Amino acid sequence: MKIALEVNGKPVHVDVSPWKRLLDVLREDLKLTGTKEGCGEGECGACSVNLDGEVVNSCLVAVGQCGGRKVTTVEGLANGDILHAVQKALVACGGAQCGICTPGIAICASHVVDRGLVDFGDEHARARVRELLAGNICRCTGYQLIVDAVIAAAKEVGQ
Amino acid sequence: MDRSPALVVGASLPRVDGVAKVTGKARYLDDLDVAGVWHGVTVRSKVPHGVLEGFDRDPAFDWSQVVVATAEDIPGANSIRLIEDDQIAIVPVGGTVMHVDEALAVIAAPTRALAFAAAKAFKPRIKALPAVLSIDDALAVTQKIYGTDNVFKQFLIRKGHVSDAEFETHFARAAKVIEGTYVTSPQEQMYIETQAMMAQYDERDGTFFITGSMQCPYYVHKAMKHFLGCDADGVVITQSVTGGGFGGKEEYPSMLAAHTATIAKKAGKPVKIVYDRDEDIAATTKRHPSRTHHRLAVDEQGEILAIDVDVVMDGGAYLTLSPVVLSRGVLHAAGPYRCPVTRIRGRCVATNYPPHGAFRGFGAPQTTFPYERQIEKLARARGEDSFAIRRRLALRAGDSTATGQVLGLSVGSDEVLDAVAAVAGHPPERDGSNSNGAPVKRGRGYAFYFHGAGFTGSGEQRLAGKAAVVATTTGFEVRSSSTDIGQGVITMFTQIAAGALGVEASRITVVDPSTAHVPDSGPTVASRTCMVVGGVIDRAGRALRERLETWGRDHGMPGASCDELGVIYATQHGELAETVTYEPPPGIQWDDLTYTGSAYPVFGWACCLVDVSVDLDTYEITIDRCVQAVDVGKAINPNIVKGQIEGGTLQALGWAVIENVIYKDGRVWNASMTNCIVPTFADAPDLETIIVEVPYPFGPSGAKGVGEIPMDGPAAAVANAVHDALGVAFDTLPLSPESLARGLGGAS
Amino acid sequence: MTADYVRPRSIKEALEVRAAHPDWMVLAGGTDHMVSANHKSDPPGILDLWRLEELCFIRADRDKVSIGAGATWWEIQNHAVIGNRLTPLAAAAREIGALQIQARGTLGGNVGTSSPVGDSLPALLALEAEIEVASTRGRRRINYAEYCTGYRTTKLAPDELIVAAHLPLPEPTVSLVWRKVGTRRAQSISKVMGAAAITVSGDVVTSARVAFGAIADRPIRVTAIEEAVKGQRIGNQAAEAARMAMRASIKPIDDVRSTASYRREVAENLVARFFGQRGMIRRAVGP
Repeated sequence: MKIALEVNGKPVHVDVSPWKRLLDVLREDLKLTGTKEGCGEGECGACSVNLDGEVVNSCLVAVGQCGGRKVTTVEGLANGDILHAVQKALVACGGAQCGICTPGIAICASHVVDRGLVDFGDEHARARVRELLAGNICRCTGYQLIVDAVIAAAKEVGQ
Repeated sequence: MDRSPALVVGASLPRVDGVAKVTGKARYLDDLDVAGVWHGVTVRSKVPHGVLEGFDRDPAFDWSQVVVATAEDIPGANSIRLIEDDQIAIVPVGGTVMHVDEALAVIAAPTRALAFAAAKAFKPRIKALPAVLSIDDALAVTQKIYGTDNVFKQFLIRKGHVSDAEFETHFARAAKVIEGTYVTSPQEQMYIETQAMMAQYDERDGTFFITGSMQCPYYVHKAMKHFLGCDADGVVITQSVTGGGFGGKEEYPSMLAAHTATIAKKAGKPVKIVYDRDEDIAATTKRHPSRTHHRLAVDEQGEILAIDVDVVMDGGAYLTLSPVVLSRGVLHAAGPYRCPVTRIRGRCVATNYPPHGAFRGFGAPQTTFPYERQIEKLARARGEDSFAIRRRLALRAGDSTATGQVLGLSVGSDEVLDAVAAVAGHPPERDGSNSNGAPVKRGRGYAFYFHGAGFTGSGEQRLAGKAAVVATTTGFEVRSSSTDIGQGVITMFTQIAAGALGVEASRITVVDPSTAHVPDSGPTVASRTCMVVGGVIDRAGRALRERLETWGRDHGMPGASCDELGVIYATQHGELAETVTYEPPPGIQWDDLTYTGSAYPVFGWACCLVDVSVDLDTYEITIDRCVQAVDVGKAINPNIVKGQIEGGTLQALGWAVIENVIYKDGRVWNASMTNCIVPTFADAPDLETIIVEVPYPFGPSGAKGVGEIPMDGPAAAVANAVHDALGVAFDTLPLSPESLARGLGGAS
Repeated sequence: MTADYVRPRSIKEALEVRAAHPDWMVLAGGTDHMVSANHKSDPPGILDLWRLEELCFIRADRDKVSIGAGATWWEIQNHAVIGNRLTPLAAAAREIGALQIQARGTLGGNVGTSSPVGDSLPALLALEAEIEVASTRGRRRINYAEYCTGYRTTKLAPDELIVAAHLPLPEPTVSLVWRKVGTRRAQSISKVMGAAAITVSGDVVTSARVAFGAIADRPIRVTAIEEAVKGQRIGNQAAEAARMAMRASIKPIDDVRSTASYRREVAENLVARFFGQRGMIRRAVGP
């Protein structure tokens, strides 16, 4: 089936089964390997992408459903060489170790920051960040430095 | 700007590979685009013990589309060389299946879907045999599955006594004896990148090229020479960017390399195998489960008279690394406490489970849990404060361990205790309620513990790890086989080399670990990478700097910087390499037969504080607070060290409370990420990390190790906190709500 | 053979496709159906209801809230009236999976699957939701308490689609409670889950609707509890009655996540707490 969608701001055309997972289309057909598979069942969040302004697990999206829709992957987060505030903060704060969960975290954390989903002035801001990112499993960091990075990024963009 | 080495080492330089990782540009094995690559899938046993009689192929499947490899296609020897050569790579027809999910065949196809379909259509016939599925059955030898007694390895370490009869006298005369049985659970490493490997066979010269997610390229290399029947040049092993290991990619990659190499050769195509998550959980190594019986005898004043440890670990179906896991376990089993008389017995038994293997801590978490629970019970029995007792009994410089090692250098016991005491504050209120309206009981627990850095005894000497620092026309290279698996090796080596050479960090390139290009530095395990390999790189860098500066002076460039000299020299004469082999510090005496002497050149030290609340309606444990103070000697990169401490701590908290691997009839019952759970952001408290530095003169800039120690103690601290909260002892991991409900005398 | 695919623009069109192809997969957020999709062969066809406008609504009026089958858990938890007046449903929505699941998971999906551990289902039961379903033959409403007929089996006919759930707004004086006990703090499957709507006069229970998940082959109203608490005083009296009725009514199971005895004890504790039990329920705990 021919499917036309937008990925990272560019129009894209694929001819695949509508049942094919968006994750596999991104990685195999579009060679955008930044989005990772960690579990195939929507548990780990390594496959997170932004779909029409919401963050979703791309392993649970059938590409047929994406016709006419807009996808942003980690490759589309930066503006050319200018990293998104979350990406900069993850590097500066040490929030990436092995890095395999990092694209999914970058996608979800940038969504949280950009959409102002957390009141960063609130005393419960860190807990709320944790709640919103709980769909992204990291095994390396213990999460602490990632939360630090999200708070730092939010401060930078004036949240 | 002052570019002196002192400023590079000790600075929290952002990770060298950080930008690649946050932009998705870092390429892991499954991201590599190789023309014409096929996909491999493994056919596995569903039976824990049996004889493979043959295979039935579904005639409705078009077998011409795929390639099937069985044991007959193995180029060399059908075993994975490690400590012994006992583990079969692919069970041959007529051979014995030793565990569920053991590999029986490997199938490759142009697409993953086709390979999976073929694997479903390729049905093994196995005649089942009775299986050994518990430590007790193994010890009772219900079936002989290894040797005559099912014991892979045993140790007996005596200190301060000669016979068992003499040993018992210390218990007979004790004022108090604290005794308990402690059970620790298997644990899945759950690296977020599953096991992945790709092999290509070059028919022209018979060379295998194997790339993949791994910790130890030279372990794989050694195993493949044996498996493929080739010499050192016949196989090249390269580590790809690795998404987590934690020990789970120490030995298992050799198995996966064997499978991909076999099928790649047979198919005449490059083949990659990337495990599904469920398969990875089910078929690969787990932390060894253990059961320990621990007795400790004290006198009226509360001095320890004797410690008796009897630990049994379940090794699974093959020997693999069990002897070393058991070794580290027994060497830590008496704990960091003063005790003149100790007897430590350890056994690792064979069962028909998938082999257990390396996981951060490597036997030490299993034996730390019992001793820290015992100290807690001792404190309670004596009415002594549980922090004060640890302070009172702690080993210090001049004291000796259970192997008779007299502690000398870099003994951070007081320092880590001080660090925790300084921030501990008052314990939480015992009684309260939570946001669900349920009553809670709160408690505080401590753990005080240590972890030997590097390989045991003469291990490092035997390893003779090498690394090279090389001047090239474009800067300096570090060549070692140490792998960055997330713990920041690339950045740490960059800093160490930059510091040693006196150059900017940007002038250093850490070369990708490929056996074609780097010397064998030893494996990336045992918390040795910084202290041992980093130390070698430091020496190599300093030596190279001296050579270049001497050359500069001899050739009319006395004022040139090391940086400039490196480029000039390489331009004129080609690259200049300084290769250094590790030399252990002098005076380390170790007896492998009696297991006495200096087990490790130095220990790391740590103290952990945990505050918990237990919900009395649901028995769920919430970790309200966790403090870890860890003596690492010197933090080469404090931010990276902090990240290591926090990551290891959360893995330990997870092991204590929510993680488990549950088997049913020999197979992993909870083999999915949904049911084999690890902590999420929402499960973790804000972790308080205190880096303590008691420098070790034989480590680079004083550094020891940090990778594993954070894993060893927190589980005991959690159990101690729960004991404090509820007044009931829980000595089996995990401290699940179900076990708390049972232990409190449940309503059933 | 790869799947056919239709993205209808209206409910009418969707129903026609459904009638013509009852064997096609009905897909909205995909958080259930797409699990391990790479290991499942193509379905014969996909009827894609994701963001079908007529299904994506939350309408509140004076005495009820109507939620379209296409509403997501993120939308449901952020809706002011649901957050204030249908608190168990909002609480459930916040505890389903995590952000990525809440962005895609729909009410229609949860009801359509009607798994015994479906996170919103005890809340729907306790709030007396009516499920509106439609086909080319017309529309009907089924009280959710009668909707499930067995393990993952429901009264939905092969040519029907779920269109909405209608929930009457309880009086502000009705006490609404909810708790999920999962395997961890987020992204977790329920071990025990309960919701209740309790009406009191003075401090005496006049009526209650009590629903539990993860303790039977489907989410259930525990009518024995609802009977036992009538006329009992909120507090330890009603709590004890509820607890005894729970003990007598349910037969939970051992499974990979938990045990029957744990589920039974915790279900009793939760319902006791719902009815105002004060203090520790188990007396065996030490200092």
